Parts: sequence; structure tokens; C-alpha cells
Amino acid sequence: MSDSKLVIGRRGLLKGGVAVGAVGLAAPTFFNSPARADNHSGYLNAPQGGSVTLGFNVPQSGPYADEGADELRAYKLAVKHLNGEGDGGMMNTFSSKALKGNGILGKKVEYVTGDTQTKSDAARASAKSMIEKDGAIMITGGSSSGVAVAVQALCQETGIMFMAGLTHSNDTTGKDRKANGFRHFFNSYMSGAALAPVLAANYGTDRKAYHLTADYNWGYTTEEAVTQATEAVGWETVNAVKTPLTQTDFSSYIAPVLQSDADVLVLNHYGGNMVNSLTNAVQFGLRDKLVNNKNFEIVVPLYSRLMAKGAGANVKGIFGSTNWHWSLQDEGSKAFVKSFGTEYGFPPSQAAHTTYVQTMLYADACERAGTFNPCGVVEALEGFFFSGLGNGPTIYRKEDHQCFKDVLVVKGKENPESEFDLLEVVEVTPMSKVWYSPDHPQMGGEAATLGECNTGA
Amino acid sequence: MEAILLQILNGLDKGSAYALIALGLTLIFGTLGVVNFAHGALFMIGAFCAVMLSRIMNYSRVIIDESRTDFLGNPLKVEVPYLHDWFGPEIGQTMIEWSVPLAIIFSIPVMWVVGYVMERGLIRHFYKRPHADQILVTFGLAIVLQEIVKHFFGANPIPTPAPPAFAGSFDVGALIGFDPNVIIYPYWRLIYFAFAALIIGAVFAFLQFTTFGLVVRAGMNDRETVGLLGIDIDKRFTTMFAIAACVAGLAGVMYAPINAPNYHMGMDFLVLSFVVVVVGGMGSLGGAVLAGFLLGVLESIASMSQVIEYLPGINQIVIYLVAIIILLTRPRGLMGRKGVMEE
Repeated sequence: MSDSKLVIGRRGLLKGGVAVGAVGLAAPTFFNSPARADNHSGYLNAPQGGSVTLGFNVPQSGPYADEGADELRAYKLAVKHLNGEGDGGMMNTFSSKALKGNGILGKKVEYVTGDTQTKSDAARASAKSMIEKDGAIMITGGSSSGVAVAVQALCQETGIMFMAGLTHSNDTTGKDRKANGFRHFFNSYMSGAALAPVLAANYGTDRKAYHLTADYNWGYTTEEAVTQATEAVGWETVNAVKTPLTQTDFSSYIAPVLQSDADVLVLNHYGGNMVNSLTNAVQFGLRDKLVNNKNFEIVVPLYSRLMAKGAGANVKGIFGSTNWHWSLQDEGSKAFVKSFGTEYGFPPSQAAHTTYVQTMLYADACERAGTFNPCGVVEALEGFFFSGLGNGPTIYRKEDHQCFKDVLVVKGKENPESEFDLLEVVEVTPMSKVWYSPDHPQMGGEAATLGECNTGA
Repeated sequence: MEAILLQILNGLDKGSAYALIALGLTLIFGTLGVVNFAHGALFMIGAFCAVMLSRIMNYSRVIIDESRTDFLGNPLKVEVPYLHDWFGPEIGQTMIEWSVPLAIIFSIPVMWVVGYVMERGLIRHFYKRPHADQILVTFGLAIVLQEIVKHFFGANPIPTPAPPAFAGSFDVGALIGFDPNVIIYPYWRLIYFAFAALIIGAVFAFLQFTTFGLVVRAGMNDRETVGLLGIDIDKRFTTMFAIAACVAGLAGVMYAPINAPNYHMGMDFLVLSFVVVVVGGMGSLGGAVLAGFLLGVLESIASMSQVIEYLPGINQIVIYLVAIIILLTRPRGLMGRKGVMEE
């Protein structure tokens, strides 16, 4: 199974998207479906009265609590903008103009929050509670792929929409994809595809990589993606060692790297694991070493500004990838940074960006579909092409509900000017370079299917 | 061979953290008979003493730099530490960079007060209660303490680097006859090991060679008899609790540059430290230190890729596997005493 090539360019995609959008607006197919007969009945938690409730399921305790807090700030800002308060943020730059600032379908947006604790069972319990007790029509959030996959499955079973937050594992829209679930965030495959050419250009094609991988779902898919992508540019993978998720001191895993023939260390770690493993690797002087007559290098496939802050000066000069960065200068990003920064006093993280965008995309899809019915919303989102939300032209692919857009390759900044100025964008990898076929082996192959959308009725 | 030597060195370093925490746990258990699940939180508070002192020393005034802008396009606010104003930029910055070693001095009174208040305010009410009650209350206390720290410092790790003079690695291999750059080890980790050895030695010397230590050791063996001799053993045991808190706190301060402190770092060490205490033998100070180093070395060796290749997953279970084997063959642990926790 080989990757299918994206045969149309970005300009072509844009034109096609506009055309599809125009046709869609003129005669949405959903308008002819049975659910159209009653827009606010016939599905679970159909909103009655003048408001609609969204469920924000984020880590409010546990190691990802800071990231969860930033997600929650973004959700609250999105609700404010949807209800016509504040400066409107990215609603003003969003290519779709379906949102009017009067809530969603004229209903005021309210929200409830849950604490995932970054544990799948706790996340499912809080999502269940928001669906059953609070009548949430849509669940969104998460700062972990394990949580996202678990909550997505719950939403599919119950008939509620799930708009994933920060989840980077291939599986979320790969082997575990679901009809009721959508992901705006990029994934491991895209990180590998975007990083490998930049790494080859900067470090050469004759490199020996040693992987340290967090021993869970996201770690495996990231290791697989980065290994395949770097081997495709000529690198050799000399070893790949799994590290326990609970590991705090990585010295015993770093020390063998010194004894190996490797000249690059790839840290497939996120969160506290990333902070500690990178700090330990720098302590052991890996970056000062000369191996195979080359400078030893470290790579962190998935960067987050919040995590980079934890690692401090150790991130300087280290390559990685990210979904979005506040320093981007497109109109959407600038509008969002201004809105968020004015409200909270600091720039948003990529987690905040993706959750804000997901809320906007959901609300917009409801408006375009004319209903909150999940099957209508799914249909409105599938193949939806948009821009103005900070990542350039973007498409929600119908086959797996994964957003395809440009991917940012970043590097730890050598001379940061502020505590937020930690990463610099070194390359914007175009969407066509990170495109893959929906039945790609890394995504579960041909066996992976979305199934049928569920209304919960 | 070089790989094994490097892992032994690494294990001794890891083990020194385990040994320091386990030593404090054993001191408390041996004197007060309390199973203190809040001991990991004391280690965490120690690390946050380093964070706190670093923040105090970085306390700054804000000046507006009109020539630069912030992320919103407003004139940039630049923070200038007061230490730069008072001592000049160079000396002021050097003082800030040395905040971790200075935190050793800062943490001792802080940890003493924390330990004293913890013992007098809460734990003494649980002396005569079953161990299960003690575990529950101290575990609850640990959660409260870490949530307080999270409230003030956030959930993300906070980088707290060692002074630049200790950055980089030392060529240990060259010292013992190997080729250069084969066995290198970070300076700060070597300092941590030496510091741990010093603290452990000081605690043993204190218990062995002072009258106070003599009374405490007597109290550990037979509390009632010491009391009958007219000695207020409770007061001395409270002091021992405060000393144990200081030992955990110092272990935390020195650990801050190794891994950026976060609010749950205490919990990460707690379970391992209890395994160390049980393997060493409940109530045995020497056992705690021995087991700390032993398990540190075993954990390091089990993490070698050559070992994982033949025994996949051994790195994740080795400590618990060794604990099971030792408890099956020596139920009281390596150096456990008869009668401790056997009632």
C-alpha cells in the first residue's frame, strides 16, 4: 500500500473547495434528508428552549492541567465570540460566513466542563455525565490520544458529536476513527513527513538515529511515523527503546545512547516525559558530542510551547513540529492572538488554538446544516474546505475526518525575547507533502472504517 | 564493559535519591512508628524551595522598552531583577545562577518548620491509630500539599538549572584508565551523589556519636523504658521528624536541576521509596541506604537495550521483581529487625 499522491495543488484545492462550498450552500444534500423534517428533534440531547449546551472535557487536574486550562480559556473565548460578545476573533477571518454572532442556530451557547484527569476512564465518566446530566450536544477536548480515542468511542456509542482537542496519535483518525468524531490537530504521520526533509537538509542523509519512545499508543505511532519518514530520506534506525510512561529520570536510557553508534537521538516523548528526557540528554552532553564525525543532534517530533517552557534553555536549536504557533502572521492567527492575548494577557498555545477552531467549525457546521443532528453536522463537515483559521487552506477529509493543512516545522529559539518566544517556525510544509491515503498502513489499513453516524435516537 | 560501568555509576546516582528519601522514611517509621505517605511531598517541597528562592532572587522591576514590542504590538515590558540593580548585572546574575546551591541554606529552616508543624499539627494524633489510618491521613496530606503547590506554581515542570560552572560532563572513564569520552557523567549528578553520601554520613554520625542520637536510638529500641527513665522521648522524636523532613527537602533541592520540579514529583518517588524501605527492612537505616543503591543500580542495568532485548519489559518491573524475591527469601528485608511491623 503506497501513499496516494495529492494530485491537486493548493490553488486547485481552494478553487474546488470554493466550488463545493458554493454548491453546498446552494443545495445542501442534508436538507433533503429525513432529519431535516424536524431540526431540533429526533436525536439525542436535541436542544429545547433558547440555549444549546456544549461539553468541554479537558484535563483540569493531573500533569496536563496547564494545557487543559489553556484549552478551557480558548473554549470560553469561542463561546463568547459565538454569542456575539468580544471582538469576534477568528469569526471575522473564517472563510465561511455562516456564523452570525447570535449563538448557534439562534440559540445562545452555554457550556459545561469536565475533568479528564488525563485518564481514559475518568474522561469517559465526565463526558458521560455531561451528555446524560447536562444534555451536552457535543463533546470536545482532551490533551491525550488515549483520552481522545476513549471519549470518541463513547460519543459514537451514545450518538453525540466529538470534536477532538489536542490528540496527535495516528489512531484517533486512523484505526480508531469514528463517524461522529473529527480532528483538526495534525498527527504523527504528518510530523514525520514534515520533519524528515528538514532534518535531511540540516543534518544530512547519512545519519543513525536512536529512538526513545513513550510506552503507549501515541509513542508507538510517532516512532513508526518518524522512523519510516527518516529512513525514506536515507537515515538508519539503530535502536528504538520503549520507556515507561511513569519514568521521570531518563538517565539510564540516555547513558546507552552514548555507547551506541547513533548520531541522532529522537525523543518520542510528550509532556513531562519530553521535558525530563530532553533535560537529561542535554545534561549528559549529547549535544556536545561528535559521533561519526558529525555533531550529535536531538529531535523532538511533537513540540508544545508549554512543554518547551518546562525544558527551558535545553530546547535551543532542537527541531520538532507543531500544529500552530502564535507568531504566525496570517490574518486568522493575528486575530486570534489579539483576542486571546487581550483577554488573558499572554499568547495562546497550540492546544488553545485547535480547541477554539474546533468549536468554531462545529458551530459553523450546525449553521450550514441547519440542525444540531449529528448526522447533519457530520455531512456538513465532511469534505469541508475552509481557510482563515490560522493554518491556511484546510480540508476536513471525508474518508477519515482528519483535517489536512500545512504543518509547521519549528526549532527551539537561540535568543528568546520573552518567556513565550521559545520556538521559531523554520519551515511551513505544504499540505500536499503530508497527505496520505485513508487506508495507509499507519492508519489501520483497509480495515479502518468510520462506521455509520449515530444520532443516539 | 564501559556500558555496564556507566550504568553502575548511573544506578548509584539514582540510588542516592532513593536512599535519601528512604532514609527519612525509615527515620520516621523507626522513631514514631508512623508510615508516612507524605514523605514524597516533603521531597517535592524541597525542590520547590529551590524554585521559590530562584523566584525571590529574580524578583524584578518592570521597565518599558519602546524600541521593542510584545506579542500584541505594545511596547515591550522588560523585567530587571533587583539583584542586578543592587550588585550590578554581572554579580547579580551570578547570584541568581547560584540559587540552587543557596537554596540548600534556605530550605533547612523551611523544611524544619514544615516537618515540625506536620508532626505536631497532624501526625502525632495518629500515633496510636492503626497503620491503615496513618497511611490514609498521610496520603491525603500529600495530595493536599501537592495541590497547594500546583495552585501557586502550576502543573508544568519549572526549569531550575544548576550554576553554569557545573554544566557539562566529567570524563570518569579517563580517570580510571579507559579511553577519553567513553564514560562521561554530568557534573551535577556526581555532585548529587557526593552530597547524598555526605547527608547519609551526617545522619548516621548524628545518631551514632551524639547523646541526642543515643537517646533516639534507645527510644527506637524500647520507647517505654526510655520514657520511664524520665526522658521526654516524644520531643526528641518530633525533632527527628523535622530532621527527616530536612533530609527529604535537601534531596529535593539538589534534585531540582536534574529534573525540572513539578507538583507530582513526590508521588513519582514515593512508591519506589517504600519499596526501597521494605526491601531494606522496615526500621533499618542501613537497610534503606543499601536497598536504595542496590535498586538504583538494578534499575539502571535493566534499562540497557542489550538487557531489554532478551527480557522485554524487564526495565519496568525489575524493582518490584527484586522486592518480591527478597520478601519471599528474607521476609524482614535485607537488614530488617525482628518485631518491627509484625504485631
